[in-house]
Amino acid sequence: MSDSNQPHSAAAHGTGNSATVGGLSEHARHEIDSWLAKFPPERKRSAVLAALRTVQHDNNGYLTQASMDAVAAYLGLPPVQVYEVATFYSMFETKPVGRHHISVCTNISCMLCGGEEILQHVEKRLGIKVGESTLDGRFFLKREEECLAACNNAPMMMVDHVYFENLTTDAVDEILDRHK
Amino acid sequence: MSDDQINLEVNGVAVKGRKGQMLIQVTDANGAYVPRFCYHDKLPVAANCRMCLVEVEKAPKPMPACATPITEGMKVFTRSPKAIAAQKSVMEFLLINHPLDCPICDQGGECELQDLAMGFGRDISRYSERKRVVKDKNLGPLVSTDMTRCIHCTRCVRFTQEIQGFQELGTVGRGETTEIGTFIERSVDHELSANIIDLCPVGALNNKPYRYRARAWEMTEHPLISPHDSVGTNLYAHVLRGKIMRIVPRANEAVNETWIADRDRFSFQGLYSDDRLQKPQIRENGVWQEVEWEVALAAVAERLGRIVKQQGGAQLGAIASPNSTLEELYLLARVARGLGSANIDHRLRRTDFRDEASDPAYPLLGCAIAEIETSAAILVVGSNLRKEVPLIAHRIRKAAVRSFANVAFINPHRYEYLFPVAAYLSSNGLDMFAHLVAVAAAALGITGKPAPAAIASLIGAAQPSDQHQLIARQLTEGDRRLILLGALAQKHPAFADLRVVAAALAEITGATLGYLPEGGNAVGAHIAGVLPHRNLGSQPVQAAGLNLADMLAARLKSYIVLGGIEPALDMASPGALDALKAAEFVVALSPYETAREYAHIILPIGGFAETSGTYVNLEGRWQSVAGATPPVGEARPGWKVLRVLGNLLNLPSFDYLSSDEITAELRRLTQDLAAKPVASQRLLQATLALSDPPVAQDIAIYQSDAIVRRAPALQATSEARGAARQAAKEPGA
Repeated sequence: MSDSNQPHSAAAHGTGNSATVGGLSEHARHEIDSWLAKFPPERKRSAVLAALRTVQHDNNGYLTQASMDAVAAYLGLPPVQVYEVATFYSMFETKPVGRHHISVCTNISCMLCGGEEILQHVEKRLGIKVGESTLDGRFFLKREEECLAACNNAPMMMVDHVYFENLTTDAVDEILDRHK
Repeated sequence: MSDDQINLEVNGVAVKGRKGQMLIQVTDANGAYVPRFCYHDKLPVAANCRMCLVEVEKAPKPMPACATPITEGMKVFTRSPKAIAAQKSVMEFLLINHPLDCPICDQGGECELQDLAMGFGRDISRYSERKRVVKDKNLGPLVSTDMTRCIHCTRCVRFTQEIQGFQELGTVGRGETTEIGTFIERSVDHELSANIIDLCPVGALNNKPYRYRARAWEMTEHPLISPHDSVGTNLYAHVLRGKIMRIVPRANEAVNETWIADRDRFSFQGLYSDDRLQKPQIRENGVWQEVEWEVALAAVAERLGRIVKQQGGAQLGAIASPNSTLEELYLLARVARGLGSANIDHRLRRTDFRDEASDPAYPLLGCAIAEIETSAAILVVGSNLRKEVPLIAHRIRKAAVRSFANVAFINPHRYEYLFPVAAYLSSNGLDMFAHLVAVAAAALGITGKPAPAAIASLIGAAQPSDQHQLIARQLTEGDRRLILLGALAQKHPAFADLRVVAAALAEITGATLGYLPEGGNAVGAHIAGVLPHRNLGSQPVQAAGLNLADMLAARLKSYIVLGGIEPALDMASPGALDALKAAEFVVALSPYETAREYAHIILPIGGFAETSGTYVNLEGRWQSVAGATPPVGEARPGWKVLRVLGNLLNLPSFDYLSSDEITAELRRLTQDLAAKPVASQRLLQATLALSDPPVAQDIAIYQSDAIVRRAPALQATSEARGAARQAAKEPGA
């Protein structure tokens, strides 16, 4: 079932980029198209996750309402269905956040090996709590959801999709220093 | 069929069900109540509240009855210790975060959660942690929110998605932070959106204008029929101390199912507007004075009688709102005919009367409302369907979405439809007439039939496109096929031509030609003979009177105007107000003061909820109700006013004691009249110089009649505000 036309169609917010159409960059559209090709034509909703990931990547790591509306319009979905996905998954941010995304694991294995101390250290060093970004916009300490599946080398954290394992507080300092 | 039957056992009793049914449907059908919040038989199954857990033999754990398909030999226990324990546990979880604010909650007393907590809740909470609090959302002027009370059943979300056809609400966030809402601040705008008030099993979504006005148990309930469109929507009015507090749906599967349009729900506010007339009024030397009923009625009788005596009955015109009751319409026609006038009409917005002799006896849909859902093909000609008849639009949507009916439109403009449309033809250089002719030409090509005489001369020039071919082919295939003429077609300056072609197309394809008339009682007006060329039962009369356009153009000496008619807004004729103003004597039977601009005497009558009466819907279904409250002030039900007027004018047999007597008389007089439409085979000179009217001539949904125009909640919707902006942009267009 596909709706024949869409009301409340998302306002197209151009960013001044000449390749931007309907609020999506050429790269984003290309990427979304490649995902759309993997699903039946009437199942465009299946490409929402991939589309949001691409758009978030293009937009300093977070989603704006305009960018979500643009995805909705591109996929022919009611905007609220895109908002639902964007707010459900912890990989998506709907507010401006710092450049580097840090996730410190505190699930059972990491907790037993000092994950909570690692987290406290990060919080103290950056002067922020979980869920906050540093004022200089450099770091974002993500609310960690579930085990990141690196129990054999606990404690661990993930910075910008890269795993850092067998952590010590010194190692954390050194890693954070490397991320400008 | 017998293969589909499944035998199972519920609480030790052998019952039968159909393959594919869910357990809860079978338990419901057999009187074994299972508690539930998220399940609703009109919505898709979500199975997220878990309240309907029941014990199923051999199943390792309790099963949700709403999402468990029945199987042969299944043994189900809805009240076993295991089932009850599961239900009680779910209830305890649901109540963890639910506030204990029932005493100030509008849902209190009619709350599914409250009721089930009585049956399945504990009287002591074991939960001592902090409850979650959720910020309220602003969903617009119709629905209030107290989102902390929400139990995430998602009925409202599924309603916007599945019934409206466009998801306006969503489940935002996850886990503990899940909220129902729109994410960004916006209202719910669909014309059926307020049904989420009834769907919400708790007090999270409530009726905003009704907020804190009354308690469920102190009101009385009275059945009503909505007068605003031809569906005949069934309503209940909830009344406290003689005043309607709110309107809720009255379930009737054949008519409105369990839904009502927002217009039906909130229009009653218009009954309590500041400009309701409390007493009869007479204009003396340009000054309005309140007078007693006896004085007003005597003056009306005297002046009408004098004009008719001096100038003849032909100088009297009778104009009725199609939203009036059947009894009012019938008595008005009797008064007019009794005074020797056949100038009687209710077709306020019609502009083309050329071919009125070919009007069908009754402007009927052509099938039962419920049968729309199983139609194979529907061609809608000239209708802004969702705004004109929201619940017919819903049925057509169901046909398109669930039965894969081929729905096509020929419209003067592109309107928004929330279902798959096989073809949508709007302007693109051709008007509706040209599109229809092209479809007819295509249908001739497909069926190989000879062209009906009425359109033979037009066919040669038509050049059907692929779209025309598609519509024509779909209209020839399948069981039930409908061609529906909507209000935009009926108001069209070339309605006669449109209809000739539509009728020819119906003849060629074998489809049924149906109508979507404006007003709650257009069919009733035909039955009551509120037409210049038709009498009771739509029987043709010998000497036809003047239709509305002609009687206004003729500048008659006198008019009777029934129903809250505001000429500038309710009548198509641009000179209507001037014609009424120019008359020697106009009596208006109206609830509202605005009749002062044209009347000499105003007799205040009750609105739709304030009078007993009958409405005949577009299926021809007679629905009588007793009214909910007495009229405000000294206003009286219209039928009583007309009855007394009949007495004072010395017209014979005006001795009705109740509106039921009038209904019975009308039934008796019309039931044997085998009213047959006069088939139109008259060839109109149908090469049109009249193109489609501009979009500004659409009547916005919340401008449809005087009562609706006075409902503040409806006027505050973004729909109404948008229409007002549009109207301001195109003044007089």
